[in-house]
Amino acid sequence: MKMTKLAATLAATMLASAPVLADTLHFPNLSYRTGPFAAGGIPFADGYADYFTLINERDGGIGGVPIRYTECETAYNTERGVECYQSIRGDNPLVIQPLSTGITYQLIPRTMEDGIPMHTMGYGRTSAVNGEVFNWTFNYPANYWDGASVIINYLLSENDGSLDGKKIALLYHNSAYGREPIPTLTRLSERYGYELLTIGVDSPGQEQGSQWLQIRRERPDYVLMWGWGVMNPTAIQEAANIRFPMENFIGVWWSGSQQDVLPVGAGAHGYKALAMHGTGTDYPIYEDLMRYVIEPGKYAGTGDEVGTVLYSRGMYAAMLAVEAAKKAQEIHGVANITPQMMRDGMANLEITEELMAELGLPNFGPAFSVACENHGGSGEAMIQQWDANAGEWNLITDWIAPDREMIMQMAMEDSLAFAAENNMTPACLN
Amino acid sequence: MPDTLLFAMEATLNGLTAGVMYALVALGFVLIFKASGIFNFAQGVMALFAALTLVGFQSGQIPFSHLINAMFGTRLHHFGWNMPTLLAIPATVVVMILLAILVERFILKHLVNQEPIILFMATIGLAYFLEGVGDIMWGAEVKALDVGLPKGMSMAVDEMTFNWFGYGFYIDRLELWAAGIAAILVASLTIFSQYTKQGRALRAVADDHQAALSVGVSLRFIWVLTWSIAGIVALVAGIMWGSKSGVQFSLSLIALKALPVLILGGFTSIPGAIVGGLIIGVGEKLFDFFMQPIIGGATENWFAYMLALVFLLFRPQGLFGERIIERV
Repeated sequence: MKMTKLAATLAATMLASAPVLADTLHFPNLSYRTGPFAAGGIPFADGYADYFTLINERDGGIGGVPIRYTECETAYNTERGVECYQSIRGDNPLVIQPLSTGITYQLIPRTMEDGIPMHTMGYGRTSAVNGEVFNWTFNYPANYWDGASVIINYLLSENDGSLDGKKIALLYHNSAYGREPIPTLTRLSERYGYELLTIGVDSPGQEQGSQWLQIRRERPDYVLMWGWGVMNPTAIQEAANIRFPMENFIGVWWSGSQQDVLPVGAGAHGYKALAMHGTGTDYPIYEDLMRYVIEPGKYAGTGDEVGTVLYSRGMYAAMLAVEAAKKAQEIHGVANITPQMMRDGMANLEITEELMAELGLPNFGPAFSVACENHGGSGEAMIQQWDANAGEWNLITDWIAPDREMIMQMAMEDSLAFAAENNMTPACLN
Repeated sequence: MPDTLLFAMEATLNGLTAGVMYALVALGFVLIFKASGIFNFAQGVMALFAALTLVGFQSGQIPFSHLINAMFGTRLHHFGWNMPTLLAIPATVVVMILLAILVERFILKHLVNQEPIILFMATIGLAYFLEGVGDIMWGAEVKALDVGLPKGMSMAVDEMTFNWFGYGFYIDRLELWAAGIAAILVASLTIFSQYTKQGRALRAVADDHQAALSVGVSLRFIWVLTWSIAGIVALVAGIMWGSKSGVQFSLSLIALKALPVLILGGFTSIPGAIVGGLIIGVGEKLFDFFMQPIIGGATENWFAYMLALVFLLFRPQGLFGERIIERV
């Protein structure tokens, strides 16, 4: 009798404490608010969380179903990221945001097996643009190869269409992430006749003396940077130290936030970086964010990251997730969508300029549509430049398109090799 | 003079100054290991904590403001004034001394006579605790640190070497200052340990705990003293590294740069930390200079450890370390 009572109590407790699956849409985030890369992880996580809070507070959720937002701390560590995934995979996660290229590589086979979509926005495995192989991974609106190609196209426009005889150095984080643009830049160097110099920096990148001595000796015309965390401000400081012309130093979008330039002070003036989205609070959506999230004190974190580059990126990622969820609800005619339905929403996502304006984010991100053959969006990006006097990033170009034909060809080669290694037959899921 | 030789000389010079930066971190480890036999895993985090505290004081940030705001619904962030650097540095020193007292009171006191591995594990716990406290106390955002030290290329060295060789060498002025500050630090430590009562007591404890205790030296006081000095050394390292690339949580990883220095120089020798730092600094810069075209860059991290390993094979106690002889 006692055992029966105990079992009943246990069952009741378990039922009471079990996550409510039926009436919420679960959006987890593999965030990193601690560890050596926390300074970059916090604003992204804040922006991601605040947008979901806005949707809940203003719209009552998506299609009437409230959003349940959870975070799992990875400290930007691949093993912990995988553990986080294992802990949430049974909790009906609609989309995984791994927030690390290393974690992405580990989760690609797992999410394929589990049937859970993953969004790696501007990071991760570039060849995941081929949705026939990577059915469950999406990397819209742009990937690293797009970024490399956009920079080269920008430099072409700055040099009257010719980079022949120029020397371009790539300063990269010595990791899977940092090495991603090398194949693209190498192939583009063959086409445009510039000399490519690749210079690796060991993580975390606090000491770059040798690298910048080499840059000083080699005198490249341009230095491109694929860095993260402390590597970025250190590199910008070193560039300022050797008096490298800052306007010829261009970082990827992960090397272009306030965290990267503020520690350097005036020396960072003129530094450029890719922008896959707008930044600052000069968008109509911030009126709603202030009214429903910031002023009532419902913001994530400390609320002091609002409008920064990485906060904007987190908010943008959440916006794309919400729009994909709406699409999934529309396709399947149900409000309580599953991860499989969410995948369909992501695979058929269409972001137009009108939609962006309607969401209060006019020209914040590029217009693009997703299809099975292209999980990567348009690949467009802008160039932004740091004004140290005003303490702000200024967009100095419109959207620049990458060389998508070449990138898709490269992605096809890489993804088909992956398929062959894993005995997969490429095919669309829908 | 051939260009390669000039470039190698420039790399050597930069290696020497970089080595001083590594030695600054290694010094803190040596001080604590020498006095108490503890390998202080938390030394890197102490540098981070000291730098965070210094920037916090400078900018007039209210400690634990995020926690206070979350608990009481307030929106406190700053006191509304900035503290001058000359005041902020002594204030940070006081905090580091308080930290030393707390470490002794709540950790070391309870672990007297425990195995070194137990004490080492305690410092691992301390490292993570301190990192968490630093986060809650001062926030995790990147902070610019400016204590007025000059940064950028030394024009004097550039001009001088240009006149000599027709090629101007690059040296970061911050690293030249670091070399000067390290020299002052080592000289001060030497004078303190040789010519003061407390310094002699510290050396007595380092030589033989039991003998020092038998003549009335207070072990608890010496531990507080050692951890306080290590805290001040951590502050100096935090200022130098924080000035280079801002104060952020990756600053704690500078400890990784100190390990090969310690293996090479010995865990118990202050001159060893300096010489070890210089050898590692020059070695990694020259190796990168000559091998980069062949094997690519990014060799600095692993090369330092490889070099330390080679030394370990031939001289396990390090260049200046004491040979440990245990009689059975």
